[in-house]
Amino acid sequence: MSEVVSGPATLVVAASTGQRELPSWRLLLRRPAFLLGVAILLFWIVCALLGNAIAPHNPLAQQLLLTNKPPSGAHWFGTDQIGRDVLSRVIVGARTILIVAALATILGTVLGTALGLAMGYLGGLLDVLTSRLVEAVLALPAVIVIFLFIVAIGSSATTQVIVIGFIFTPLIARTVRSAVLVESQLDYLSSARLLGERSGRVMFAEILPNVAPTILVEFTVRLGYAIFTVATLAFLGFGVNAATPNWGADIYANYGVIGAGYWWETLFPALAIASLIVAIGLVADSIEQVLAG
Amino acid sequence: MTETDTAAAPGAPDVPEAAVSVEHMDVAYAVRGQDRLALRDVSFQIGRNESYGLVGESGSGKSTVALALTRYLPRNGRVSSGSISINGQDPLRMDAAALRRMRARTVSMVYQEPGKALNPAMRVGRQVAEVYEIAGASRDEEMSRTEAMLAKVQISDPRRVMDRYPHQLSGGMAQRVVIAMAIAAEPSLLILDEPTTALDATVEAEVLDLVAGLRAELSTSVLFISHNLAVITKMCDRVGVLYAGELVEEGPARQVFDEPRHPYTVGLLRCIPRAGQRKDHGRLDTIPGFLPPPGQVMQGCIFAPRCAIAEDRCHQAEPPAFPTGPDRSSRCYRHDVAADLPRSTPVDISLPVARNEDADPVVRLQGVSKTFAGRDEQVQALVGVDLELQRGETLGLVGESGSGKTTLARVLLGLIPPDQGALVELDGKPLGPLVRQRSREQLKELQIVFQNPDSALNRRHTIRQLITRPLVKLAGLSGKALQERLADLVRSVRMEDRHLALRPSQLSGGLKQRVAIARAFGGGPRIVVCDEPTSALDVSVQAAILNLLVDLQAKEQVTYLFISHDLGLVRYLSDRIAVLYLGRLMEVGPAERVFAGPHHPYTEALLSAVPRLDGEHPERIKLAGEIPSAASPPSGCVFHTRCPRRLSSGICESTEPPLAEVEPGHQMRCHIPIDQLTAMQQIGPVP
Repeated sequence: MSEVVSGPATLVVAASTGQRELPSWRLLLRRPAFLLGVAILLFWIVCALLGNAIAPHNPLAQQLLLTNKPPSGAHWFGTDQIGRDVLSRVIVGARTILIVAALATILGTVLGTALGLAMGYLGGLLDVLTSRLVEAVLALPAVIVIFLFIVAIGSSATTQVIVIGFIFTPLIARTVRSAVLVESQLDYLSSARLLGERSGRVMFAEILPNVAPTILVEFTVRLGYAIFTVATLAFLGFGVNAATPNWGADIYANYGVIGAGYWWETLFPALAIASLIVAIGLVADSIEQVLAG
Repeated sequence: MTETDTAAAPGAPDVPEAAVSVEHMDVAYAVRGQDRLALRDVSFQIGRNESYGLVGESGSGKSTVALALTRYLPRNGRVSSGSISINGQDPLRMDAAALRRMRARTVSMVYQEPGKALNPAMRVGRQVAEVYEIAGASRDEEMSRTEAMLAKVQISDPRRVMDRYPHQLSGGMAQRVVIAMAIAAEPSLLILDEPTTALDATVEAEVLDLVAGLRAELSTSVLFISHNLAVITKMCDRVGVLYAGELVEEGPARQVFDEPRHPYTVGLLRCIPRAGQRKDHGRLDTIPGFLPPPGQVMQGCIFAPRCAIAEDRCHQAEPPAFPTGPDRSSRCYRHDVAADLPRSTPVDISLPVARNEDADPVVRLQGVSKTFAGRDEQVQALVGVDLELQRGETLGLVGESGSGKTTLARVLLGLIPPDQGALVELDGKPLGPLVRQRSREQLKELQIVFQNPDSALNRRHTIRQLITRPLVKLAGLSGKALQERLADLVRSVRMEDRHLALRPSQLSGGLKQRVAIARAFGGGPRIVVCDEPTSALDVSVQAAILNLLVDLQAKEQVTYLFISHDLGLVRYLSDRIAVLYLGRLMEVGPAERVFAGPHHPYTEALLSAVPRLDGEHPERIKLAGEIPSAASPPSGCVFHTRCPRRLSSGICESTEPPLAEVEPGHQMRCHIPIDQLTAMQQIGPVP
């Protein structure tokens, strides 16, 4: 007879899939956490895109008569030690960090996905060797490694993107590889092999769409880390360009004067970093939960 | 605590007649804020010591009944109206403590997957002993009673089993342990939810015998849930047939299945090949249409849209339960003519052309072995298999799980390479061991329909992509020819164009399997492996898929290697049968010869383990013990450790018999001379 699976768990599923399932993105839109995260993220993206156009003051203009002024009607976030408007610097500072972090994460995801698919699907010696390599990289603290590379080859937006991207590659590859191994148990891959499909097509047309949700979650998580890393590098003095406003660098420049009561000069850039990371975290969690059902 | 004890004790003055009484119960699941009814107006009673069967297809609400009785409904489910009484008590009104007492003492449950019902981190003995611990026994008493209980469920070496962890037990053994736990508290109601569905036929037969024996001994009421009508007939006094959350027919099990009075029951029974029914006797009947989605509000009889004898009143008002005999009822206005339900599928079939026995085989396997290297052991999944497949025939491949059926199929397809020295020939030309060493022409000839379409279809591809791909890749079609062939193929698996834009998750199980069949036939293969193609499907869907396979075979002249553990299906579909045990062919022969006997003692045991719908239960050939490990197979004849007809001369233990021809086209691997075997099997089973 047929083996009808009818444990209690499947029953609930059966009961809940009676009507056509809503697509995942509609389920996402029903989550307040996701909407809040997206709203914050959109805010910073608008800041990054428009920058100087929406900043109330020139973020570079020094007003030596107006140093260390607390938040007021004219300067909502106050001014810093050399009289620059903190709000304008926070708004304009979004651009560098978002661009560098996003590009680095995209680079790491693309390379990591390709590597993970190859390791998981092709297996064999390639998998053994790269797995060891990945473990070796994972054993090192990422920020220190990135720091060393940047010291060695100099700090620019490009080097930051490349270095962070390369450090993320093995992390993402490992996640993709384990997702591919789960897929490898399924018969549709045997079915594809019986059609004589080439490995490349099996990896990218058959497996990739099925592991894409995992990759999306991994991407958002990594994006949060990338922002944190870029900010940390700037704080440590490896900003992209000293002339452009930079949250991490601003914190570094001003945290010495917190003791003197000038808290706003550090707090607002710090809040900016925190809000961005929290927003990405909310988005990542929501996606993960929706995909997990 | 004491007051419930007295109230629950049997023999107390206010104890009602029935052990379980369910009156007009509705159960609703809240899905996204909306209540969907999973059970509608369900009423039934289970008498003391009675075994009551609930039968129905997936989604009919069988398990929901069990969950509602024990108040184990998931958080989104609730009994929205009606009442339940277990020993005169209403679980719906119990507080947490009373509910816990009820679950601990009055009601026990056995689920489908024994592996999931046991705590993997706890030794078996400890888990069973917990039941006694809760009952307040001392440590020594716990252990001795556990040992006695495991002995009671026919575990031969309870002391050793108690020291093991669940993963060290076979499925049958684990289910025995679960049953031991369930009966340890001497419950007055035992709920068995598909207890043998995950087990092999021989193990299933043993577990069913065990449950039947325990019932007689313990005098407990049983609620037995199964999709398998034959199992229900064997195990139950009365049966209720569930359809889409409604109890459509009820009555004594034998009567209901012998003379069904509801068109759904009639249809369901016709979907199953009866003993001895073969594909050349005509198509199986099917039930048209689909199960309504859960919670759909319908006017009139819930089965009316699929019913061939529905009248106007059926579509207007819901029929009440009509009494159709002593202790029987049917929710059908036309219960008196239900048995004459017209067929929905014509009987006529286009039979495959007569096979030419002397023709060269399409596929020849010679000396095919497959050894999987483990960490410190060699598992011999296949040992020296020789097999030939003729054009247009169906070879049924049977055997318990672990016998090597699927390995053989995968070797034939080139998904795993056989050991050195094996020969796999197509049209007399050797095939490469792996798909990548085979030409496109060769790939085209050999395809497979997998067991589970959810796994076999890429869930991110549309049905159009899925069916088109083999047409492009193997048949080399493009443009107009491609579109024509696609339309043709979609029609021949009886799907519609509107399905093409959907993804697998939007289709029912039966439709998904049709997509998988269309994919397998896309390239125009000559040999199709069917690996349990209907075992994930419901009975009514299974019949339609089997009909489709038979039709396609007649039309395309394909050869099937049909793998199944369901001997009824194999008998219906196969021209020849091959029986595998521990990777070795034990018997190969024409289907009717193999079924009629004389047969190999292992085949004999397999056949006698199958529960029969007609309720006749010939004396069963009991197999001793479990299937041995393929890593250390027994000496001599690998079956000797379990063989009820083992020869006393000792030759079975020392020498492996050859696969010898006992009559034209019928081979057997057994030391017992065929005449002697025939005589033995006419007398009956070994006492």
